[in-house]
Amino acid sequence: MAEYTLTTPLTSEDTKMLEAGDTVLLNGTIYTARDAAHKRLVDLIEKGEELPFDLEGSIIYFVGPTPPKPGDPIGSAGPTTSYRMDSYSPTMLKHGSKGMIGKGKRDQAVKDACVAYDGIYFGATGGAGALLGKKITSAEVIAYPELGPEAVRKITVKDFPVTVINDTHGNDLYQQGREQYEIKD
Amino acid sequence: MREIEFDVVVKAVRDMIVHCGTDLPQDTYDALEEAMENEKSPVSKEVIRQILENANIAKDEKRPLCQDTGLAVFFVNVGEEVRIKGGLLRDAINKGTEQGYTDAYLRASTCEPFSRLNLKDTVGYNLPAIIHFDIVAGDKIDIEYAAKGGGSENVSRARVFPPAAGKEGIINYVKEVISDAGGNPCPPITIGVGIGGTFEKACISSKHALFRDLGSVNEDPEMDEMEKDILTEVNKLGIGAMGMGGTETALAVHIESNPCHIASLPVSVNVQCHSSRHTHITI
Repeated sequence: MAEYTLTTPLTSEDTKMLEAGDTVLLNGTIYTARDAAHKRLVDLIEKGEELPFDLEGSIIYFVGPTPPKPGDPIGSAGPTTSYRMDSYSPTMLKHGSKGMIGKGKRDQAVKDACVAYDGIYFGATGGAGALLGKKITSAEVIAYPELGPEAVRKITVKDFPVTVINDTHGNDLYQQGREQYEIKD
Repeated sequence: MREIEFDVVVKAVRDMIVHCGTDLPQDTYDALEEAMENEKSPVSKEVIRQILENANIAKDEKRPLCQDTGLAVFFVNVGEEVRIKGGLLRDAINKGTEQGYTDAYLRASTCEPFSRLNLKDTVGYNLPAIIHFDIVAGDKIDIEYAAKGGGSENVSRARVFPPAAGKEGIINYVKEVISDAGGNPCPPITIGVGIGGTFEKACISSKHALFRDLGSVNEDPEMDEMEKDILTEVNKLGIGAMGMGGTETALAVHIESNPCHIASLPVSVNVQCHSSRHTHITI
């Protein structure tokens, strides 16, 4: 298991070298979106309309932060459970997005899309919202402010810690890790 | 009849919420430290280290432990010889909830089930609270509070077994629920198991079981043994912290058992994430 530091936007060269279990410190611009925002983004893609940000090489963070305290760019901001985005993620990857940050299992279609379009599913530590929120140095709502915590935000991260769960080679850390430690009677 | 001012209850509830939002209870912190020590997987060990570092940052800087600051869940035991002066007890709890969630910059997470519209501007900020009342002897009000996140609630399940299923059936069921959940409920988890009663009684018991302090012992020796048996079985699954593979999937199993109908064996499994934010106050 290797350790990397990467800056967005990611390229296929970046993502292809990563393997399930690797740890990565992410830097640069990331976009936030949960289910409601994904639905709208995928609708725009299907209609061929312009998105509120450039998907090419982008990383999407599945998060609905707490309100910021005065003077902070954002509140606590840990990952939400990713399966709710399963039906949208393959479309996002197909149209240039290279990474997702969340927690929990993805379906086979998402894993296949990671292989087909050089995408990575990163896991961040769920429930570590205070720690992860501090790695975000700026945040700006760029679309759907009416969705509140679910609005699309453009955020800047500094050494944001993630682990590779699904890589471009079809590996799955959840499956591999569990097989390694499972005790069968 | 003893009287308690409405605003006293509001402030007590508000203070519990503000405290729990940023300060992980000591019993949870201790259980996580022990899990970090015991964890065999280096990946999961690092995850638990991050969880503890997060707890330290949250406490020192008064930041919410997690962005999912939960629905506010209360178990309230009201003495028969006490009344609230100046309003209704339910209203006081809801008002304290709104104040606590607002004052501590916690997230408003209640919404309408189908339109998914957030209720913060209509019903109130993170309202309504989920409140379970009971009437007891005495002139005090005891309020237990927990912030219940969505990820762990989403994997919870209930089922009514035929009585022949017995303890073995229950143990296998809990194992199945936790196995299917994998890393989604943010392990290391606490597992609340409600047994017996009726369908809804089992569910409420499984919720209340999660309010018990981690590391505490079940007063019923038979249930204590069953808790340990389930914990051993669940930790064989290899799920580990955040599902990344490991030996410390669950911190504890808490059972609440009730008498039930001769025809039924209801069982409910309610899962709590590692950020077990719970406390209580007696007024």
